[in-house]
Amino acid sequence: MDSMSTADSISTALAAPAPADARLPARLSLRALDFFYGATHALKGISFDIPDRQATGLIGPSGCGKSTVLRVLNRMYDLYPGQRATGEVLLDGENILAPGTDRMRLRSRVGMVFQRPTPFPMSIYDNIAFGVKLHERLGRAALEERVEWSLSKAALWEEVKDRLRSPAQGLSGGQQQRLCIARSIAVRPEVILLDEATSALDPISALRIEELVDELKREFTIVMVTHNMQQAARCTDQVAFLYMGELVEFGPAAQIFTAPRERRTQEYITGRFG
Amino acid sequence: MAETSEHIVKSFEQELARLRSMLATMGGIVENELALAARAIFAHDLAAADLAVAEDRKVDALEREIEAFAIRVLALRQPLAADLRAVVAALKMTVDIERIGDYAANVAKRSHVLAEAGLPQAMGGLAHLARLVQENLKRVIDAVGESDIAKATEVWRSDQMIDTVYNGIFRELVTYMMEDPRNITAATHLLFIAKNLERIGDHATNIAEIAFYAVTGESLPDTRPKGDSSAFAVVRP
Repeated sequence: MDSMSTADSISTALAAPAPADARLPARLSLRALDFFYGATHALKGISFDIPDRQATGLIGPSGCGKSTVLRVLNRMYDLYPGQRATGEVLLDGENILAPGTDRMRLRSRVGMVFQRPTPFPMSIYDNIAFGVKLHERLGRAALEERVEWSLSKAALWEEVKDRLRSPAQGLSGGQQQRLCIARSIAVRPEVILLDEATSALDPISALRIEELVDELKREFTIVMVTHNMQQAARCTDQVAFLYMGELVEFGPAAQIFTAPRERRTQEYITGRFG
Repeated sequence: MAETSEHIVKSFEQELARLRSMLATMGGIVENELALAARAIFAHDLAAADLAVAEDRKVDALEREIEAFAIRVLALRQPLAADLRAVVAALKMTVDIERIGDYAANVAKRSHVLAEAGLPQAMGGLAHLARLVQENLKRVIDAVGESDIAKATEVWRSDQMIDTVYNGIFRELVTYMMEDPRNITAATHLLFIAKNLERIGDHATNIAEIAFYAVTGESLPDTRPKGDSSAFAVVRP
């Protein structure tokens, strides 16, 4: 007891500190990113790296800009007039904000899943095949194989393999959300964005998605927005805390949730404001 | 990191306050128990010895109560960051405080034997050691109650002095035993008392480290100044 300090053992157990300078290879790098909704300055000089094949969480109170970050990562904001981003977002070293970026191609490389499941009004099979056919010319057998592959990756195959031709709307909410994940996986993206993807689900379905995130990050880079601190603590490897359009703190999840460096992070994750 | 605002959930705030208050109560009882133990051996007050042992039962009960409460808070609130550290720290500190209670009770129990066969010439150094340990215990309990890291660090540093005094007592008692074998019974009991006091100092140091972590989220350095070299001591006639 006198040689092994007790506080050391707690901090080792809780923080399992990743050395701050041990940089993992970045899949996405945000560099001085600013974003405007018309005259509203929604993101202010955001810079951080999203490591390859890890789950990165974005947390912060409503309106802090976390969903805006996701909308920049696949240039979804382009669909709306008056919205613009400045700075750089590097995907494998290439600036996706550059004018010449092929947005269709970008969105197949960076898939997105929303808060509420958004299945197309078609069969389970066609929900998956639809996106694949937009990007690739596959024969029937290859397409079937791809559908099975992506449904298996999304942990849905066993539940739907006997009713692939049934309407997707007949699935439960949790199954529909996994179908949406399968749909984004089907085009073999590099990055998957999850925008509060479990907040409309029951707890068990939400846990299934969390489990899935753990599996998916072996192959894909995951960026998730969540309001659920315990979920962020469970699922993510590193966390960015945003507040009023600024990045307050970015670090390993284990450190952020046990010993955040910034007072505002501490107050937010312990429920002192929000 | 200073706590500036209150929880949105008031009842959680109250639970954390209750945890702090139970910890302070437990610390206070142990301080009193150690004071009674010291009176028992230095003033030959055998009634104080019995009181010390009775206090130790309260300490044990409180340890179980704090443990149950902390586990409940962890399960129901799932605290994070400073709140998580506070609850985990409370769980760990109670273990150290409980051990301190055990050592103090053990010191008190030995007063009965010392009353029969004492070694008055050896009591000066021991009284000095007891005073240092009591001071450190009081300071660390205050440091916990006030989230005072400066005070906690001071306790952590000053344990070296306790170790040094303990070494002196160790050598002194071994010398008495060599001088006259009839001293062996009393000297052995005194040696255990000294060792128990020295161990209380170590647990106070642990508590200081935990308090530092709970408040700052960082650990004190791995190596702390140490002076207990009695494990290697050989005294030759």
